[in-house]
Amino acid sequence: MTRKAKRLYSIGAMLVVVGAAAGLVLTALSSSVAYFQSPTDLVKNVPGPTQRIRLGGLVEEGTVKRDGSSHVTFSVTDTVDSVPVTYTGILPDLFREGQGVIAEGTLGPDRVFVADTVLAKHDETYMPKEVVDDLKARGLWEDGKGLVKKPEETVSAAPVGAGS
Amino acid sequence: MIVEIGHFALVLSLSVALVQSVLPMLGARRGDQRLMETGTIAASGGFVLIAIAFSALMASYVTSDFSVLNVFENSNSRQPLLYKFTSTWGNHEGSMLLWVLILAFFGALVALFGRDLPATLKANVLSVQAWILAAFLLFILLTSNPFQRLDPAPMEGQDLNPILQDVGLAIHPPMLYLGYVGFSIAFSFAIAALIDGRIDAAWARWVRPWTLIAWIFLTLGIAMGSYWAYYELGWGGWWFWDPVENASFMPWLAGTALLHSALVMEKRAALKIWTILLAILTFSLSLLGTFLVRSGVLTSVHAFATDPARGVFILAILCLFIGGALVLFALRASALEGGGLFAPISREGALVFNNLFLTTAAATVLVGTLYPLLLEVVAGEKISVGAPFFDLTFGPVMVPLLFAVPFGPLLGWKRGDLLGAAQRLYFAAGCALAALVGILAYTGGTKILTAFGFALAFWLLFGSLTDLFSRAAFLKKGWRTGLARFVGLPRSAFGTALAHFGLGVTLLGIVSVSSFQEEVITTMAPGSSVEIAGYSLTFDRIAQRPGANFDAQAVHFSVRRDGVVMTEIDSSKRFFPVRQMTTTESGIWTHGFSQLYVSLGDPSADKQSIVVRIWWKPLVTLIWIGAVFMAVGGAFSLADRRLRVGAPERSRRKASLAEA
Repeated sequence: MTRKAKRLYSIGAMLVVVGAAAGLVLTALSSSVAYFQSPTDLVKNVPGPTQRIRLGGLVEEGTVKRDGSSHVTFSVTDTVDSVPVTYTGILPDLFREGQGVIAEGTLGPDRVFVADTVLAKHDETYMPKEVVDDLKARGLWEDGKGLVKKPEETVSAAPVGAGS
Repeated sequence: MIVEIGHFALVLSLSVALVQSVLPMLGARRGDQRLMETGTIAASGGFVLIAIAFSALMASYVTSDFSVLNVFENSNSRQPLLYKFTSTWGNHEGSMLLWVLILAFFGALVALFGRDLPATLKANVLSVQAWILAAFLLFILLTSNPFQRLDPAPMEGQDLNPILQDVGLAIHPPMLYLGYVGFSIAFSFAIAALIDGRIDAAWARWVRPWTLIAWIFLTLGIAMGSYWAYYELGWGGWWFWDPVENASFMPWLAGTALLHSALVMEKRAALKIWTILLAILTFSLSLLGTFLVRSGVLTSVHAFATDPARGVFILAILCLFIGGALVLFALRASALEGGGLFAPISREGALVFNNLFLTTAAATVLVGTLYPLLLEVVAGEKISVGAPFFDLTFGPVMVPLLFAVPFGPLLGWKRGDLLGAAQRLYFAAGCALAALVGILAYTGGTKILTAFGFALAFWLLFGSLTDLFSRAAFLKKGWRTGLARFVGLPRSAFGTALAHFGLGVTLLGIVSVSSFQEEVITTMAPGSSVEIAGYSLTFDRIAQRPGANFDAQAVHFSVRRDGVVMTEIDSSKRFFPVRQMTTTESGIWTHGFSQLYVSLGDPSADKQSIVVRIWWKPLVTLIWIGAVFMAVGGAFSLADRRLRVGAPERSRRKASLAEA
């Protein structure tokens, strides 16, 4: 084999490997990533039953119920809409009512979100970034101050008959 | 006073670094020996100054001097002494200081041990090293000053993040940084070679030990972090494909590729340009990792910083160095001569194969890590890329590489004999086949992927040792001569075999845990028992145990097998009142290489029972033991005489004769 032919072969081999990897990456990106949605998004646009969703918001006060075993239900709210979530397993140490949370899973046909992962990370001031951005967009969060209105206050302050 | 001395030393070290970034290189240009010599003094002096700054910060932590803002925010007088020490780097500012300390440390090592280096190369390397140092010192002084005072001084500090109050985390960051930052040496050598326009086998012989040292520490650091996450987070997982983990994994993949390509360059003077590029890429990935972790673009336990100025600053450093290095590469790479020729089937070919797959694997991890960030910036959409993505991309890229590993060392340089190598691997192939059939029979043919995973692991385990045993020729020459030959093999051969063997060990652990782990989540009350993997766990009692700066609620379990008590496990939750945080201290019983893992959840409303999550993790410890094998293999390689730092000409020639 001449030097040139060798170079061609090696470049060809490289292209095959890199191409295959790029193909894998593209397939994986279209099928196995989870999209972040707020409860409002989720109520508005109901996703397919297999679409993985990261549902982020605040754990609504008074909705956490444990049925005696490791099965937990709670609601995630962004103060406008709320979505009921069921989860089996141990909740993270910092999972609390009124705190930020991200639940990952799929939306069931009964509109109950079935989470297989619940994240409420390691710091007491920690709010999932997506949740903060979402709350900021609604004017409920300010940098350095945190939550400016408590969710339940907002709900009670909403005019009666506003459709909620 | 100590604090001011530290601050002053840090400022001084910046000016020293600025001098070091200009004078030695100028000396190399002009051929001025005295100017070049300034690099040695500046590098060692700079290190001493930064060490003083670091000690000053550590002293304020140990003495709980809350008049320092950084100490107040991240420490508490009731912390155990060990964690007072480690608090020094358990925060953004201190951890950046540790970063530059290690950078200066490596610079000083080159300065002191690089006597045999060509003078101009050494001068250039030290100058490049000083550019990086100056940039990061500026970053610390302008945006992340750890010595900022607080007036009036508070009585008590806010405590170190409880999750970081752990022995594993005490050692993890220094290890990781020794790895991360150690790659800067390879980078500086690459840039110096590009500036010089000259590169030869001696260059590779110099770069390889430094890369090896960095790689060993990075390997151990990653393993340490993984084990910490496993036992401390209480989720029982050992790798989450978290962006922060990926940030350390990408330099590891690229660094592993660099180790292998530098080998080709050293032995056969080929792949020069590629090796230079890899050296640049490896450290660029380290810088990228620093950016991801330190800028706060990711929210995670590692991201202490949420100050946008910091992010922009590091991004600027990142662009300057990566961009500058790549431009220099584009301009000068063609000046470097090509090297020796080789057939596709040869040791060189195998190492190219290794590089191709490792860099591709690193690229898939890079895409998975950066794509969500890019998408958010460009389209405002938020996605999360997790394990499913990496299983689909990283996994398939690694399989051919792992399959090829045992062949590499058996192929000759220049032109290899694939059939001959395959023939020598018959024993490994037999073991792999036995594993395949065994697992298929054990699972009743249901777990085909698992069976192939086990087969691949056994193929790696026995295949990596094949080179040693066939070179010792136990069968042909009898065990006595064989043993003598075995002992006489070069240490690098042991290094290769051990590191590849470690890869097999890790793979065995991964495959075993992901296919055969058992999990039970249940509510338990005192007296109740639960069965898992043939063991019976009994919830004996619950007790309160106050610690130095926390209150622990511990549950005592006893583990029985066939009625006989095997062991007792304590699993607890710790509550840290200062930060109002709870951490999980999972109870782990190591049995052989397997572990029984118990973590506690929330108590029920009436406080009579508690949610308990129990895993049986077969062979899980092999995942980390494999990494230790890899590191030990690296150390063996490092001890090989031809690579011994500063190996003089004569012994080098002797070594190459012995190889032939």
